Amino acid sequence: MLPYLKGRFANPSSAHRLGRVARAGLDRAREQVAALVQVHPTEVIFTSGGTEANNLALAGVLAAEPRPGRLLVSAIEHPSVLEPARRWTRQGWQLDYLPVDGQGRAKLDTLPADVRLISLMLANNETGVIQPVAELAEAARAQGCILHTDAVQAAGKIPVSFAATGARLISLSAHKLYGPKGVGALIVDKALDLLPAQLGGGQERGRRSGTENLPGIVGFGMAAELALAGMEQQARTQLELRRRLEQGLQALPAVTVFGQQAERLPNTVQLSVPGIDGEALLLQLDKAGFAVSSGSACASGKQEPSHVLQAMGVDETTARGAIRISLGKATTATEIDRLLTTLGQLSAWVVKTSGAVAW
Amino acid sequence: MSLKLPVYLDYSATTPVDPRVAEKICDCLTLEGHFGNPASRSHPYGWDAEKLVEDARANVASLVNADPKEIVWTSGATESDNLAIKGAAHFYRKKGKHIVTVKTEHKAVLDTCRQLEREGYEVTYLDPEANGLLDLDKFTTALRDDTILASVMHVNNEIGVIQDIAALGEICRARDVILHVDAAQSAGKVEIDLQNMKVDLMSFSAHKIYGPKGAGALYVRRKPRIRLEAQMHGGGHERGLRSGTLATHQIVGMGEAFRIAREEMAAENERITALRDRLLNGLKDMEEVYINGDQDQRIPGNLNISFNFVEGESLIMALKDIAVSSGSACTSASLEPSYVLRALGRNDELAHSSIRFTLGRFTTEEEIDYTIKLVREKVTKLRELSPLWEMYQEGIDLESVKWAAH
Repeated sequence: MLPYLKGRFANPSSAHRLGRVARAGLDRAREQVAALVQVHPTEVIFTSGGTEANNLALAGVLAAEPRPGRLLVSAIEHPSVLEPARRWTRQGWQLDYLPVDGQGRAKLDTLPADVRLISLMLANNETGVIQPVAELAEAARAQGCILHTDAVQAAGKIPVSFAATGARLISLSAHKLYGPKGVGALIVDKALDLLPAQLGGGQERGRRSGTENLPGIVGFGMAAELALAGMEQQARTQLELRRRLEQGLQALPAVTVFGQQAERLPNTVQLSVPGIDGEALLLQLDKAGFAVSSGSACASGKQEPSHVLQAMGVDETTARGAIRISLGKATTATEIDRLLTTLGQLSAWVVKTSGAVAW
Repeated sequence: MSLKLPVYLDYSATTPVDPRVAEKICDCLTLEGHFGNPASRSHPYGWDAEKLVEDARANVASLVNADPKEIVWTSGATESDNLAIKGAAHFYRKKGKHIVTVKTEHKAVLDTCRQLEREGYEVTYLDPEANGLLDLDKFTTALRDDTILASVMHVNNEIGVIQDIAALGEICRARDVILHVDAAQSAGKVEIDLQNMKVDLMSFSAHKIYGPKGAGALYVRRKPRIRLEAQMHGGGHERGLRSGTLATHQIVGMGEAFRIAREEMAAENERITALRDRLLNGLKDMEEVYINGDQDQRIPGNLNISFNFVEGESLIMALKDIAVSSGSACTSASLEPSYVLRALGRNDELAHSSIRFTLGRFTTEEEIDYTIKLVREKVTKLRELSPLWEMYQEGIDLESVKWAAH
């Protein structure tokens, strides 16, 4: 990113030589992101992040429809899919929710007829559970409806592509794969005519106007390239650490790991420790030197229990006890062990002080 | 000669990030820095990032004498313009569906207005006077009972002229019309006092004032309270007005850029005015050159000149050792003459043969002198090759010539 915060600062749309240097950086980054998801560079639309990509996916398809119809989203989508979906009902769209089973996997038994657009995330940000997007794609294709998948958490951890998912729209976010915040992409099948949301200078082939965030985009490109190269290795390493963590958790009285039986991202464990409120647990963990979260950062500070866990049929008390541990490139076995020790101490303290019987 | 070529005189297209800003940005990127998600409530990484974001918000508010609570972070002025115009138009649609704007606005405003027209709104696109400025009486006359919103940019990106937004604010407030001002090219260059100017919505861009690209803000007045329909939905960030994880490093960069601008604006304007006038003086005695836009109501760094009898594309190519533009950067891809210059009444040829020179923080006297020499040389040479120039020198009135079709 640094050269683009220094000498290569020109506007990529400028016709002069400095503009062309900037444009070259933009083109290269586009190729790198395209390579991560195995698409043609023209199918990459850079946005300001995952939220914008999700909003654009819905708006870009729904606004182009002559008449409102049916929209289907899973009950466990990120707010950046759920909220825009709800807004579209104001325009007359019928919104249905795809339910999930107790393990947090979308249930595909019956699709409502007449759906125009389906949105099913590739991996859930809270539980890490990987969704049956490719299966759904078959049904979607049979019905002639468009499938969007929010791959914000999945990209860089598991393979993501049109081929792997069957989706025609894929959302990505740079800061979930060691890139900078403030930049993402919507990957759009070239046969799909997307209506732009943000209007102006015509950048991104008219699909997303605004001077390109070149340092951010260049950072995204590099992050994508590194993620692609290191994906297998990282997945193996993190899966090992995750298993180490889960094994250690088994020693604690009745800890629930959500979606334990489902296929999950290698780095995510969302769990509940009986008898201790999630927020309280977070604060204790913070005091002990661990930075984790309850639901997602986007839901931080909200009083309601996670909509994801609710959709999985988790009772409110257990849901309120939930914390999410997500590992990364820098995580070590020592850190896992220390966390387990701390969790053990906290859990023992709860049983001791409250006299609660852990079941 | 120590000059680095090409000489950069395209500051209105974008500016290099100030080294002080770059440093602050870098501090927020890696594991050792302030990389946390500002919305993370549960740990110091989040709290720390949040504090930096709020400090930056105060810096942006301070430059324009606004309350930090009135600053909403966006990904840039294009987004701010879209949010302001669509957001206000949609929210207040029951009050009316008429919007007033100016033909010389940036595409981010014009295209958004066109979109609203497709949705059933009516838009009046006013003509500026020949100097690029809006006639206040004409503006007032355009306001109707069902007008809900007016959008007028503070400083035009092509010709650098400064609109009297304080006066426009008075007119709009008296008529209960919301005033949106695109201040992308003015913040940090012209004094803005939102306590005293009755502007309701104002768009800001970081990369026009030595901050990073991909960062902007929208001022949304609280007294009286202006409401908007959000355009990006999700986690409810920015009080629900603009969802999306806040990019700490971008915001910190913008805050720092605005802080520096507040401190250095006066001195910088003096320096840049002198350089711009030096450039103007070096060129104005040439024959058939026309300054586009009012010369007094103009930001220090802008000089937009048409060189008659010189073909536009050839001129740009001949001037490849200076980085300038003809037409705004956002529309450089198309070969149409600048719609801004056409709105001033310039004909196609003059519009095509215009050059926008925009100076900035790192422009030197040496660069200006080099530019003067280069421009004079190239324009002279190109005119020698121009049959139209020959005819003009022979005293032929080109308007009266009947051109044969090929």
